[in-house]
Amino acid sequence: MKKIQILGTGCPKCKTLTANAETAVKELGIEATIEKVEKIQEIMKFGVMTTPALVVDGQVKSAGKVLTVEDIKKFLK
Amino acid sequence: MSEKNECACGGAPKLIFACSGSSDVGAITYQAAQKLTKEGHGKMYCLAGIGGRVSGIMATTESAAKILAIDGCPLACARNTLEEAGFKKYEHIQLADLGLKKGETPPVPENVAKVVAEGAKKLAC
Repeated sequence: MKKIQILGTGCPKCKTLTANAETAVKELGIEATIEKVEKIQEIMKFGVMTTPALVVDGQVKSAGKVLTVEDIKKFLK
Repeated sequence: MSEKNECACGGAPKLIFACSGSSDVGAITYQAAQKLTKEGHGKMYCLAGIGGRVSGIMATTESAAKILAIDGCPLACARNTLEEAGFKKYEHIQLADLGLKKGETPPVPENVAKVVAEGAKKLAC
Protein backbone atom coordinates (compact mmCIF):
# COMPACT_ATOMS: atom_id res chain seq x y z
CA MET A 1 0.00 0.00 0.00
CA LYS A 2 1.33 3.40 -0.93
CA LYS A 3 1.45 6.24 1.55
CA ILE A 4 0.65 9.62 0.05
CA GLN A 5 1.11 12.82 2.01
CA ILE A 6 0.00 16.26 0.90
CA LEU A 7 2.01 19.03 2.49
CA GLY A 8 0.19 22.33 2.79
CA THR A 9 -1.50 24.53 5.31
CA GLY A 10 -5.00 24.08 3.94
CA CYS A 11 -5.31 26.74 1.25
CA PRO A 12 -7.27 26.11 -1.99
CA LYS A 13 -4.15 24.93 -3.86
CA CYS A 14 -3.46 22.31 -1.22
CA LYS A 15 -7.08 21.18 -1.31
CA THR A 16 -6.98 20.87 -5.10
CA LEU A 17 -3.81 18.76 -4.92
CA THR A 18 -5.48 16.51 -2.32
CA ALA A 19 -8.55 16.10 -4.52
CA ASN A 20 -6.38 15.33 -7.54
CA ALA A 21 -4.43 12.73 -5.54
CA GLU A 22 -7.70 11.09 -4.45
CA THR A 23 -8.86 10.96 -8.07
CA ALA A 24 -5.53 9.54 -9.23
CA VAL A 25 -5.70 6.75 -6.64
CA LYS A 26 -9.28 5.95 -7.61
CA GLU A 27 -8.58 5.90 -11.34
CA LEU A 28 -5.50 3.71 -10.92
CA GLY A 29 -7.39 1.37 -8.61
CA ILE A 30 -4.48 1.11 -6.22
CA GLU A 31 -4.45 0.87 -2.45
CA ALA A 32 -3.14 4.03 -0.87
CA THR A 33 -3.57 6.17 2.19
CA ILE A 34 -3.75 9.93 1.77
CA GLU A 35 -2.71 12.07 4.69
CA LYS A 36 -2.76 15.85 4.90
CA VAL A 37 0.19 17.43 6.71
CA GLU A 38 -0.83 20.95 7.67
CA LYS A 39 1.51 21.97 10.48
CA ILE A 40 4.44 24.07 9.27
CA GLN A 41 6.80 22.38 11.72
CA GLU A 42 5.91 18.99 10.24
CA ILE A 43 6.17 20.29 6.65
CA MET A 44 9.63 21.71 7.35
CA LYS A 45 10.88 18.28 8.39
CA PHE A 46 10.67 17.28 4.73
CA GLY A 47 13.02 20.13 3.73
CA VAL A 48 10.26 21.69 1.67
CA MET A 49 10.08 25.45 1.37
CA THR A 50 7.07 25.83 -0.91
CA THR A 51 3.71 24.16 -0.85
CA PRO A 52 1.66 22.35 -1.89
CA ALA A 53 3.95 19.36 -2.00
CA LEU A 54 3.33 15.73 -2.83
CA VAL A 55 5.11 12.99 -0.90
CA VAL A 56 4.90 9.33 -1.90
CA ASP A 57 6.30 6.72 0.48
CA GLY A 58 8.43 9.34 2.22
CA GLN A 59 9.93 10.84 -0.93
CA VAL A 60 8.99 14.39 -1.94
CA LYS A 61 7.98 14.18 -5.59
CA SER A 62 6.95 17.77 -6.15
CA ALA A 63 6.87 21.09 -4.31
CA GLY A 64 5.17 24.37 -5.12
CA LYS A 65 2.94 22.93 -7.83
CA VAL A 66 -0.66 21.83 -8.10
CA LEU A 67 -0.09 18.61 -10.02
CA THR A 68 -2.78 17.33 -12.34
CA VAL A 69 -4.35 13.91 -11.89
CA GLU A 70 -2.23 12.61 -14.77
CA ASP A 71 0.97 14.04 -13.24
CA ILE A 72 0.21 12.34 -9.94
CA LYS A 73 -0.51 9.02 -11.61
CA LYS A 74 3.05 8.98 -13.01
CA PHE A 75 4.42 9.11 -9.45
CA LEU A 76 2.11 6.32 -8.28
CA LYS A 77 2.80 3.74 -10.99
CA MET B 1 9.40 29.28 5.43
CA SER B 2 8.42 30.87 8.69
CA GLU B 3 7.58 28.98 11.85
CA LYS B 4 4.05 30.40 11.74
CA ASN B 5 1.25 28.28 10.34
CA GLU B 6 0.74 30.46 7.28
CA CYS B 7 0.30 29.52 3.65
CA ALA B 8 3.53 28.88 1.77
CA CYS B 9 1.90 28.82 -1.67
CA GLY B 10 2.77 32.46 -2.28
CA GLY B 11 5.07 31.88 -5.23
CA ALA B 12 8.27 30.25 -6.31
CA PRO B 13 11.22 31.23 -4.12
CA LYS B 14 14.57 32.60 -5.19
CA LEU B 15 17.13 30.26 -3.69
CA ILE B 16 20.71 31.02 -2.71
CA PHE B 17 23.34 28.30 -2.44
CA ALA B 18 26.69 29.24 -0.91
CA CYS B 19 29.70 26.96 -1.15
CA SER B 20 30.31 27.76 2.55
CA GLY B 21 33.82 26.37 2.14
CA SER B 22 36.45 26.27 4.86
CA SER B 23 38.61 29.09 3.49
CA ASP B 24 38.27 32.83 4.04
CA VAL B 25 36.32 33.25 0.81
CA GLY B 26 34.10 30.28 1.73
CA ALA B 27 33.18 32.07 4.94
CA ILE B 28 32.31 35.16 2.92
CA THR B 29 29.90 33.18 0.72
CA TYR B 30 28.06 31.95 3.81
CA GLN B 31 27.81 35.38 5.37
CA ALA B 32 26.74 36.96 2.08
CA ALA B 33 23.99 34.34 1.58
CA GLN B 34 22.73 35.00 5.09
CA LYS B 35 22.70 38.75 4.49
CA LEU B 36 20.95 38.41 1.13
CA THR B 37 18.29 36.35 2.90
CA LYS B 38 17.95 38.86 5.73
CA GLU B 39 17.54 41.68 3.22
CA GLY B 40 14.82 39.75 1.39
CA HIS B 41 16.58 39.18 -1.95
CA GLY B 42 16.10 35.42 -1.72
CA LYS B 43 16.39 32.51 0.68
CA MET B 44 19.56 30.71 1.62
CA TYR B 45 19.11 27.00 1.10
CA CYS B 46 21.10 23.84 1.81
CA LEU B 47 23.74 22.95 -0.77
CA ALA B 48 24.42 19.77 1.21
CA GLY B 49 20.81 18.76 0.58
CA ILE B 50 21.46 18.97 -3.15
CA GLY B 51 24.62 16.89 -2.77
CA GLY B 52 22.70 14.35 -0.71
CA ARG B 53 19.74 14.41 -3.13
CA VAL B 54 17.31 15.05 -0.27
CA SER B 55 13.96 14.80 -2.00
CA GLY B 56 12.31 17.81 -0.34
CA ILE B 57 15.25 20.05 -1.10
CA MET B 58 15.51 18.77 -4.67
CA ALA B 59 11.78 19.31 -5.31
CA THR B 60 11.82 22.80 -3.83
CA THR B 61 14.87 23.73 -5.92
CA GLU B 62 13.16 22.44 -9.06
CA SER B 63 10.29 24.83 -8.33
CA ALA B 64 12.53 27.87 -7.70
CA ALA B 65 11.96 31.08 -9.64
CA LYS B 66 15.69 31.74 -9.62
CA ILE B 67 18.80 30.03 -8.28
CA LEU B 68 21.99 31.80 -7.24
CA ALA B 69 25.18 29.84 -6.62
CA ILE B 70 27.96 31.64 -4.76
CA ASP B 71 31.42 30.11 -5.00
CA GLY B 72 34.36 31.32 -2.98
CA CYS B 73 37.06 30.08 -5.33
CA PRO B 74 37.53 28.74 -8.86
CA LEU B 75 36.97 25.15 -7.72
CA ALA B 76 33.30 26.12 -8.07
CA CYS B 77 31.93 23.47 -5.71
CA ALA B 78 28.48 25.08 -5.48
CA ARG B 79 28.17 25.31 -9.25
CA ASN B 80 29.39 21.75 -9.74
CA THR B 81 27.07 20.39 -7.07
CA LEU B 82 24.07 21.98 -8.78
CA GLU B 83 25.20 20.79 -12.22
CA GLU B 84 25.73 17.21 -11.01
CA ALA B 85 22.19 17.27 -9.63
CA GLY B 86 20.82 18.34 -12.99
CA PHE B 87 20.28 22.05 -12.39
CA LYS B 88 21.47 23.91 -15.45
CA LYS B 89 19.75 27.25 -15.14
CA TYR B 90 21.18 29.43 -12.39
CA GLU B 91 22.99 32.66 -11.69
CA HIS B 92 26.57 32.38 -10.51
CA ILE B 93 29.05 34.44 -8.54
CA GLN B 94 32.68 33.46 -8.20
CA LEU B 95 34.45 35.66 -5.68
CA ALA B 96 37.77 35.87 -7.57
CA ASP B 97 35.82 37.62 -10.36
CA LEU B 98 35.07 40.34 -7.82
CA GLY B 99 38.75 40.64 -6.92
CA LEU B 100 38.35 38.58 -3.74
CA LYS B 101 41.18 36.07 -3.79
CA LYS B 102 41.40 32.93 -1.67
CA GLY B 103 43.78 33.24 1.24
CA GLU B 104 44.02 37.00 0.90
CA THR B 105 40.49 38.09 1.72
CA PRO B 106 39.35 38.20 5.34
CA PRO B 107 35.60 37.79 5.93
CA VAL B 108 35.08 41.36 7.03
CA PRO B 109 31.86 43.34 6.39
CA GLU B 110 33.32 45.30 3.43
CA ASN B 111 34.13 42.11 1.54
CA VAL B 112 30.79 40.51 2.39
CA ALA B 113 29.05 43.69 1.17
CA LYS B 114 30.68 43.37 -2.27
CA VAL B 115 29.21 39.89 -2.68
CA VAL B 116 25.82 40.97 -1.35
CA ALA B 117 25.67 43.83 -3.87
CA GLU B 118 26.49 41.47 -6.75
CA GLY B 119 24.04 38.87 -5.48
CA ALA B 120 21.23 41.39 -5.14
CA LYS B 121 21.77 42.41 -8.79
CA LYS B 122 21.65 38.81 -9.98
CA LEU B 123 18.55 37.99 -7.96
CA ALA B 124 16.61 41.03 -9.15
CA CYS B 125 13.81 40.20 -11.59
